[in-house]
Amino acid sequence: MGLIWLIGKRLLYAVVLITAVLVLNFSLLHLAPGDPADAIAGEMGGATAELLAEIRALYGLDKPFLVQLGLYLQRAYQGDLGMSFYYNLPVVDLILQRLPATILLVITALIFATVGGTALGVLAARKPGGFTSSMVTLLSLVGYAAPIFWTGLMLIILFGVVIPFFPISGLYNVAKMATGLSLAVDIAHHLVLPSFTLGVVYLALYSRLTRASMLEVMQADYIRTARAKGARERTVYLRHALRNAILPVVTMAGLQFGSLISGAVLVETVFNWPGLGTLVFESVIARDYPTVLGVLFFSATLVIAANLFTDLVYRMIDPRIRLRD
Amino acid sequence: MLGLVLVLLISVLAIIGPLLYPVDPFEIIWAPMSAPGTTERALLGTDYLGRDILAGLLVGAKSTLIVGLTAAALTVIIGLVIGALAGFYLGMIDEILMRVTEFFQVLPPLLFAMVLVTMLSPSLWVVAVSIGVVSWPPTARLARAEFLRIRNLEYVTASRASGVRQGYIIWRVILPNALPPLIVSATLTIGTAILFEAGLSFLGLSDPNVMSWGLMIGSGREYMLDAWWIVTLPGVMIFLAVLGVSLVGDGLNDAFNPKLRRR
Repeated sequence: MGLIWLIGKRLLYAVVLITAVLVLNFSLLHLAPGDPADAIAGEMGGATAELLAEIRALYGLDKPFLVQLGLYLQRAYQGDLGMSFYYNLPVVDLILQRLPATILLVITALIFATVGGTALGVLAARKPGGFTSSMVTLLSLVGYAAPIFWTGLMLIILFGVVIPFFPISGLYNVAKMATGLSLAVDIAHHLVLPSFTLGVVYLALYSRLTRASMLEVMQADYIRTARAKGARERTVYLRHALRNAILPVVTMAGLQFGSLISGAVLVETVFNWPGLGTLVFESVIARDYPTVLGVLFFSATLVIAANLFTDLVYRMIDPRIRLRD
Repeated sequence: MLGLVLVLLISVLAIIGPLLYPVDPFEIIWAPMSAPGTTERALLGTDYLGRDILAGLLVGAKSTLIVGLTAAALTVIIGLVIGALAGFYLGMIDEILMRVTEFFQVLPPLLFAMVLVTMLSPSLWVVAVSIGVVSWPPTARLARAEFLRIRNLEYVTASRASGVRQGYIIWRVILPNALPPLIVSATLTIGTAILFEAGLSFLGLSDPNVMSWGLMIGSGREYMLDAWWIVTLPGVMIFLAVLGVSLVGDGLNDAFNPKLRRR
């Protein structure tokens, strides 16, 4: 009962946020230099004044701002974000083509970062002054300071020239014409470098976070209790300590989903990964505003979905939150 | 300590480097793609057009640092004002400001900055302002949390009782006590802003007539398999600058919270 009410409330808020993003998009589109009617006429190969007026009437460009906004929202809710000038395709189709590659990249990087980061953090927390611990501190500094696109380029030099072990560009090898399982293997092979590049930044951060919060949790009374009742050290670490220590990591991962997508834009550009990042890069260069704003809208929607998901994960891990509301 | 040394070194390079080594980074001075150490004309080699890498690094330091610092200052000012007002007044003002903050946090920062820079013209100012506009929410949250913590402490109540103006309480009573964590976060913000600036100019979304480290990497990347130094050296500079700033941030954090130092 409580959960359904809560999810309903969150979904409603998500719709409000999505609408706000659409309003922002429309305002930006309105402020963009150039007249959209001119652009459309340009596509058709020049136009007379009458044709321009006709185009304006057809797309509602002659109506007041608020009416146009209403029309824009109405179309957007029906899944129409306009046409791309550059690709000459509906923006939504264009984005849906590219979305799977981005989701694959982002999710792989996220799993790599959270699982790897927590594991490293737990290992480091076992001996606060030890080797793993110092490595985690070092890694978190390096991971933060190295620009992600540069890390990617360095890996390309390493794996493209020095030891050609992983493919350095694209989603799969077109020349192989692979299908089924071998295609999946090929994609996974191509995924290694981009997802490592994107994930390692967050892995560094999460390992440091896990380490700090494990060290704090290990001081708690319930850890002493668990040890006193004779629980094995492994159980103490994984069952009693980690479950509490992982909460900041979940919070952080949820909050950083937007920055993860930002990182994906750079990583995709570096590795020619055919996702939303390369799409937005190409359309920025071509000044294709509907596509650029469409990608902004879809990424914002992904962030909103990720936030909802984080809330649910949080409730699964921490029963106290469930009791509170 | 290392952090401070790095930061000072790079600032000095940015300020007096171009004076000591007055070579135009856009001028073609030698054969293209000469490796570092192969010619005396260009100590760190030349790029794909034959332009001096060392000159680019020195001039790039200036623009990267100026944009990074301006953007960080804007981030801190916007975040501080919004967080302070929300945390001090609470109620309706807090509700509205926090909803606005949540809205901004939904937009992936780099993407949003790319959109702003594309819609406006790509100049250093636009880049700095765009970075500021997309990165203030975490600072606002931190400032709000600090103001919430401090606003009910005795000395604040005392100054309220003595009839001091609200503006005075916000900026002269609460703010100085909220500063330590905000200073640490401002330092880290400089690092993030430098990374942002580098990312945008790497994508070719900054002023093409101003040399910057990101621009050097972005324009040289097609040639990097033949000439590794074109992309490697500017990247090392970005890395050192951000590393220095974040080490300083860590140091300040330790200095402000001596109890945490052992972790």
